Amino acid sequence: MWRDVPLRNSYDVVIVGGGVHGLATAYYLAANHGITDVAVLDKAYLGSGGSGRNTAIVRSNYLTPEGVAFYDRSLQLYNTMSADLNINVMFSERGHLTLAHTDSALRTMRWRAEVNKLQGIDSSVIGPDEIKKLAPSLDTSSHPRFPILGALYHPPGGIVRHDAVVWGYARAADHLGVEMHQQTEVTDIEVTGGDGPDGKGPGGRVTGVVTSRGRISTPTVVNCTAGWASLISDMAGVKLPISTRPLQAAVTEPVKVFLPTVVVSGSLHVYVSQTDRGELVFGASVDPYNNYGITGSLEFTEELAGHVLELMPGISKMRLLRQWSGLCDMTPDYSPVMGFTGVDGFLCDVGWGTYGFKAAPVSGEQMAEAVATGTTPEMIAPFSLDRFHAGTLVGEKGAAAVGH
Amino acid sequence: MLLVPCPNCGPRNAADFSYVGEAKARPDPNAATPEEWRDYLYMKDNPAGRLRETWYCRSGCRQYFVLERDTAANRFADPPLPAAEADGEEA
Repeated sequence: MWRDVPLRNSYDVVIVGGGVHGLATAYYLAANHGITDVAVLDKAYLGSGGSGRNTAIVRSNYLTPEGVAFYDRSLQLYNTMSADLNINVMFSERGHLTLAHTDSALRTMRWRAEVNKLQGIDSSVIGPDEIKKLAPSLDTSSHPRFPILGALYHPPGGIVRHDAVVWGYARAADHLGVEMHQQTEVTDIEVTGGDGPDGKGPGGRVTGVVTSRGRISTPTVVNCTAGWASLISDMAGVKLPISTRPLQAAVTEPVKVFLPTVVVSGSLHVYVSQTDRGELVFGASVDPYNNYGITGSLEFTEELAGHVLELMPGISKMRLLRQWSGLCDMTPDYSPVMGFTGVDGFLCDVGWGTYGFKAAPVSGEQMAEAVATGTTPEMIAPFSLDRFHAGTLVGEKGAAAVGH
Repeated sequence: MLLVPCPNCGPRNAADFSYVGEAKARPDPNAATPEEWRDYLYMKDNPAGRLRETWYCRSGCRQYFVLERDTAANRFADPPLPAAEADGEEA
């Protein structure tokens, strides 16, 4: 799929993290801006982090105008990706239901629907009867402890085969001259002239990176990691507002197709979709405390099963095939940290919490523009690192995650 | 299952606690600039290793306390730190 070439000792741009964000950034640098002297470094293999661990859902029905515009652009790029990258990413535009079990949840759904409609996004609140038609397996009666009162219905939402997105971007970037280097761990970032005692930090300038396979001289480093964003940024002397937590997911044995839409329940901390192979893929909320370990827990499967059976009592005999987890970099406002950092030549595309996969194409496009032009594109200006000290947060908690 | 060593109630399931987050000294609310206050509110050390954290024992003694945990191994320091070492954290 891509060349295996020797690591050189100098590049125009070094991207840390070979997931969808890093690879998309590399691809758009080459495709849109003609910058091809680029190396993507990954300490393991391409797509080994969040890119291969997410639940593959895409949507754009967010709560803030900034978020809606951003994720809608991402959905557009996903729509044409199979043709653009010449790989079948199996985009299934099957519709997305966010269930409301309380009056306050229904209120947030109405709020989101209005924000969405104002921006031209297909999104509306529907009642239990319509939900039952879209997803007959859901228990829409008044019997459950948390009955389904309504849902935000978002027809353009769906699922995408996440591995194909990784491979598609990597192969397309490779054809344009970008180099992918796996098993290459960044151990330090060289910065001079900064405010910190070691010359790092704001005011400084990037001169290179040190890796497990030798030093690389470069003026530009883009941090595209998830789970290790704070550790990589520490190397440049940049502090982030991030707490790293694992998110667990699970998949069942395959059965005949019966669930035609993506179903999300914030109150019950669960989201579920059925793959083309017939497995149900479940995701949950992030674990309740910081942790860099990705060990699964029995509490997760117990709680998940209980909640899922409340939604879909008919699947009580289904068996879970396996469970896994991935690391999520949570920010205080559930929006990412993108763009310049105060250290000249060190950019971040991090803090992707539980929504990094659906944002990958637009993130890559916008980060590539930032690197190529040296200015912050308008679309990602609201997500700058400065916003935390300026007090201009972009609160997406009501639409970005489950479990609150 | 993570067992949290509550200094008053002994080891209990993490589900019995609220996780408050990284323990750090709070700036004087009257003297701090908005930037200093937001730095205290939002910015994190987030190490993959030893971290001092505030927990709240919501199902037991209902006290706040600081514990040190290794966030890479997900293990608490043994024995737990005495409450007096709580770094000026508001109890």
